[in-house]
Amino acid sequence: MTQAGEAKTSPPLNEQLQSFVGREIGAPDVARDPVNEAMIRQWCEALADGNPVYTDPRLAQASLHAGIVAPPTMLQAWILPGIEMARPMAEQRQDLQKALHRLLDAAGYSAVVATDCEQDYHRYLRPGDRISATTVIESISPEKATALGIGYFIDTRTTFSDQDGSAVGSMRFRVLKFKPHQQPAAVQSAAAPAKPTRPRPPRGHDNSWWWDGIEHGELLIQRCKGCGALRHPPRPMCGGCQSTQWDTLASKGKGTVYSYVVVHHPQFPGFDYPLVAAVIELEEGTRLVSNVVGVDPAAVHIGMRVRVSIEAVDETLKLPLFRAAE
Amino acid sequence: MTQLRTISSKDVRVGDKLPELAIPLTATMIVAGALASHDFTPVHHDKAAAQAQGMQDVFMNILTTNGLVGRYVTDWAGPNAVLKKVAIKLGAPNFPGDTMKMTGVVKGKEEASGIVDLEVVGKNSWGNHVTAQVRVALPAGK
Repeated sequence: MTQAGEAKTSPPLNEQLQSFVGREIGAPDVARDPVNEAMIRQWCEALADGNPVYTDPRLAQASLHAGIVAPPTMLQAWILPGIEMARPMAEQRQDLQKALHRLLDAAGYSAVVATDCEQDYHRYLRPGDRISATTVIESISPEKATALGIGYFIDTRTTFSDQDGSAVGSMRFRVLKFKPHQQPAAVQSAAAPAKPTRPRPPRGHDNSWWWDGIEHGELLIQRCKGCGALRHPPRPMCGGCQSTQWDTLASKGKGTVYSYVVVHHPQFPGFDYPLVAAVIELEEGTRLVSNVVGVDPAAVHIGMRVRVSIEAVDETLKLPLFRAAE
Repeated sequence: MTQLRTISSKDVRVGDKLPELAIPLTATMIVAGALASHDFTPVHHDKAAAQAQGMQDVFMNILTTNGLVGRYVTDWAGPNAVLKKVAIKLGAPNFPGDTMKMTGVVKGKEEASGIVDLEVVGKNSWGNHVTAQVRVALPAGK
């Protein structure tokens, strides 16, 4: 989105958002219980963490900690309000962070997802420590387009202190507050999640014949009946002679790598990585985008001879992939 | 004491890989992790609430992910390793019935302090659930 577009559509919101930056969200969160062995043990059982410095008094005493310590990654657990978090937002203790979220909710940015959590540990906590935490809204990004929808990244920074007021650790937490895309209906299965599949290719009047060919094991090429030119991807009219008359021929499936990239990131569900995305030039002369599979990505090169292999990539989708030609 | 055996920084090299750990994800461990961390946000223990938000099932909360990253590193290094920093980026949610495979690699080492930097990845069937940078102080060794 352009700066001008942003300014035109939402100047009041942006200004309101920026007024939150740099402010503490409210009074410190104070742990309701001191750091204690019962909560530590429950955490270690839940996570199957067998580190004896957390739960075995004898070994903990012999360790460099000289006594039981809490897993440092529990840091935030000591100050979370517990079952209050399951109540409706309006019934929870209010603070500036919730006010910020309400402001964004009202503007349509109703969904939230945490994206980053960065914790520094100055010392390990011990049973008896009493923890409190202060949180500052550190920054709010400009409106961003993300895979989930458009929204704002909100960074908060929390400083954790002990009973003496000494900092024991800190946390930077980033959430995306966004306008969700239309969500598909929740999958009803209680079993394991279905294996993610690749996006379905769009099929319409002008190209479904090509996909039908793939399903029958044929890589078809469109041929103009006016001038004989071959073309791909499928389209209704010849770019050379403007004829809308066409037929097809079956490719022999031989070609070369015309260009390629090896995709490492970002990784989308349904694909195997590293993924070789390549433009293949068929012997007949047309090019198509596909994947080179079955070879070390490092061995792929421009000019490499390849042969089509029509393969099922999941239960309902066949694709023409390319493998090294012998 | 053998139960306290901890890898020493002199025995660690940049590029070393941590042994892979596969963690089966069950509803029980996801709910137990959320409640043990005092995170009662309904999407982590109430399937209907999770589905109302468009998710297929309850999913793992951040503190549990954080804790599993810490556990993975200290499982490898030993009890006298001291975690200094855990920074995680979150991706595909962890749902019951899936498995998270954890891998790690040593990215850096400060010779003087014995502090080692690791990159840890937890991957489920949808992709990367977590990518983490971890700093851990290791004993100097003899």
